[in-house]
Amino acid sequence: MNAPVPGASFTDLLDSLGARPTWRGQPGDKTPSTPEGTTVLALRYYNGVVMAGDRRATEGNLVAHRRIRKVYPTDRYSAVAIAGTAGLAIEMVKLFQVELEHYEKIEGVRLSLEGKASFLARLVRGQLELAIQGLVVVPLFAGYDEREERGRLYSYDVVGGRYEETDFGSTGSGARLAKSFLRTTYREDLTPEDAADLAVKALVAASQEDTATGGPDLLRGIFPNVVRVDSDGVSELGDDIVGPLAEHAMESIQ
Amino acid sequence: MTIPFYVAPEQLVRDKAEFARKGIARGRSILGLDYADGVLLLAENPSTALHKISEVYDRIAFAGVGRYNEFETLRKAGIRQADLMGYLYSRDDVTAMGLATAFSQTLGVIFIRDPKPFEVEVLIAEVSEDGSEHRLFRVTYDGTLFDERNYVAIGGKAEQLTAALGELWREGLTLKEAFEVGAEVFRRAEGRESDGWEAAVLDTSTGPRTFRRLDPSELTAS
Repeated sequence: MNAPVPGASFTDLLDSLGARPTWRGQPGDKTPSTPEGTTVLALRYYNGVVMAGDRRATEGNLVAHRRIRKVYPTDRYSAVAIAGTAGLAIEMVKLFQVELEHYEKIEGVRLSLEGKASFLARLVRGQLELAIQGLVVVPLFAGYDEREERGRLYSYDVVGGRYEETDFGSTGSGARLAKSFLRTTYREDLTPEDAADLAVKALVAASQEDTATGGPDLLRGIFPNVVRVDSDGVSELGDDIVGPLAEHAMESIQ
Repeated sequence: MTIPFYVAPEQLVRDKAEFARKGIARGRSILGLDYADGVLLLAENPSTALHKISEVYDRIAFAGVGRYNEFETLRKAGIRQADLMGYLYSRDDVTAMGLATAFSQTLGVIFIRDPKPFEVEVLIAEVSEDGSEHRLFRVTYDGTLFDERNYVAIGGKAEQLTAALGELWREGLTLKEAFEVGAEVFRRAEGRESDGWEAAVLDTSTGPRTFRRLDPSELTAS
């Protein structure tokens, strides 16, 4: 309890205790084969953001997991979606979630959305050494900006570059397909319901061409994760809402 | 070489205790009491910026009386320990008991080792997940740990407040009733009206993070 005081950052606290999980490899090491998360996307509607991700993780040409989760609420007004090396990405999300809560409790106020986004960039940059060895993590970040009173979203690259997107963003193996679908269908006056519908359709479109993206599995009842963030906070859409959207999207491509 | 004056350990402890008690008595008291949906923490606090009550973890809250910088140090240390435990193990492994013993250790060591003891008293409240009995721990300036039931008071007027709570508290209070009991208890112990409330609840009906600050005007208005 008498550890040196590292301010309001939980990540710095972990570092000061040497408790931060690290993975150090040597150049030329054979990169282990691990599950990879594939397609996630986010799009803005008039006062918020919808984020969605398929449920498949692949390892080479195999399906590693059918029900992996790639979209996570991170605090009351933000959510993150991940693509890339699943093990590292899930750990990053966990640390990010604790970081936001820790800051809020220590300081008594939540970080600004901009502050959260730039902290996530720092976490991504910290993985650069591993990314060079092929263990890449690229997130998408979305949230409701309490000060500006609007939904905002950010995409990232492997070096921690952070780019605010005005209407939609996507990352992962099927990102290009999802983006070209959204480019033709996106409108600025979307309702939250339209946005969720469009998000699921974009994932389905990506899954038609990209084998690493899992479409809705109607037989097993596996549907995309869809999370919504707006002035009421973050909420996860249940299978009772996403299920019919997925069925409808599947019918429309037949 | 100068030979330090010999002071008997009994005398030393007595002096330190008296010093700490005087410091604490200057501040205002805080009380915690069970109500139907959780635990209400109530402090007399004219400042709306400096908090005496705060969230520690999903179902745990902290309150401190005495010197602000000293209980603030303890509060932050508690949050760090809780978040660390929850991150390294599981959120279920963070308990009020664990935190209370850590506060007790820290305060005990400071009381014995440091020339000036902490002039604080802290309260750790935890609501149970299944609606069974909640936990209320009180840790004094010398690290003594008390496990209280149903209600607790810390600070200079703790004795009077506890006595009044004993008369007025009953099971199954609504939040509004609990606040009224708290306000009446303060009125009896202090013999005057409060000049500002800081109130927060651990409310088991609000999802995983149960801590919520209350705007006391909403309680007194209706």
